Amino acid sequence: MAMTWIWAIMAILSFVFGLVTGNIGEVSAAAIEGAAAAITLSISIAGALCLWTGVMEAMKICGFSSALAKTMRPLLSILFPNASRSRETLEAISANVSANLLGLGNAATPLGIRATRLMSRGEVATDEMCLFVVINTASIQLIPATIAGIRSAMGCTSPFDIIPAVWMTSILSVSAGILASITMARFSK
Amino acid sequence: MNTIQLGFSAIVPALFVLLALTAILKKKDIFPAIKEGAKEGLTVTIGIVPSLVALFSVIYMFRASGAMDYITGILEPAAKLVGIPPECVPLMLIRPLSGSGALALGTDIIRVHGVNSLIGRTAAIMLGSTESTFYVIAVYFGAADIKKTRHAIPAALVADIVGFCTAAAAAKLFY
Repeated sequence: MAMTWIWAIMAILSFVFGLVTGNIGEVSAAAIEGAAAAITLSISIAGALCLWTGVMEAMKICGFSSALAKTMRPLLSILFPNASRSRETLEAISANVSANLLGLGNAATPLGIRATRLMSRGEVATDEMCLFVVINTASIQLIPATIAGIRSAMGCTSPFDIIPAVWMTSILSVSAGILASITMARFSK
Repeated sequence: MNTIQLGFSAIVPALFVLLALTAILKKKDIFPAIKEGAKEGLTVTIGIVPSLVALFSVIYMFRASGAMDYITGILEPAAKLVGIPPECVPLMLIRPLSGSGALALGTDIIRVHGVNSLIGRTAAIMLGSTESTFYVIAVYFGAADIKKTRHAIPAALVADIVGFCTAAAAAKLFY
């Protein structure tokens, strides 16, 4: 429903503003132009997306994600002391986090759902479940491949040069999320 | 180009070399895996086309009507206060709600303001370092039948806000 709201509000505001500013002709043209641009963009990023999902599949069969999950485990058991009493839960959590790091979105979601279900104790979210979901909402992707594809499609000659900035931003926002989650857990019942 | 930048720009080819060496030394047949993954990528791309068509259409209308400029103007004082380009504020508003919406709007911001401009870079960093928060929470907690999400949403929004502010600062700092 959220998307319907966003779409509807933008359509209505465009019409109203178009009438007021006298740009209604341009607004009409823009509707078609935008639809065409969506297809052009999809075609120009398709190559980057396909390459990347291909590379990700290769990383999976080469054992990169399971190796990363293993190295993440000690750190994650500090953040999730209760969940890590169960080996199965800790494994699901670390597999989810490593899939996210490598950008394996399609693999990360089922793993994350499994981890959340294993941690679940009834209808109320536990502190650790909140922390886990917060870590998942703060993206922690090592290589922003989709964005690089878009930048490349827009004529950028160094589409990956945002990596250091993305890393810094991700580290700070994940840390803030973890801190906020732990602090709020103390006060929320 | 300094050493650090050189190091970062080598990440992708270095990853390919790492894969190539693993494939040869550990006898992993990666070529079929790359093909299989690329096929999945094609499905993913086709899957996002319909929402991109629907969204780009209204985003272009929104921009052509002058509504985008108007909203950016309203948000300008608040955005300037925290050092975020006002042109990126609409992206911040849509980002937690919708992944494809953010992708479409972010791409449009990059197109209009230039891929190497401060605004274009800030938008790219924001897109690359945040997630569609409400969607993730709905999927994970929905699957586990959680009714009371407690502090998950406020804590996740704190992470998003810190992410947006850092993205703007990082764009100025690094380039």
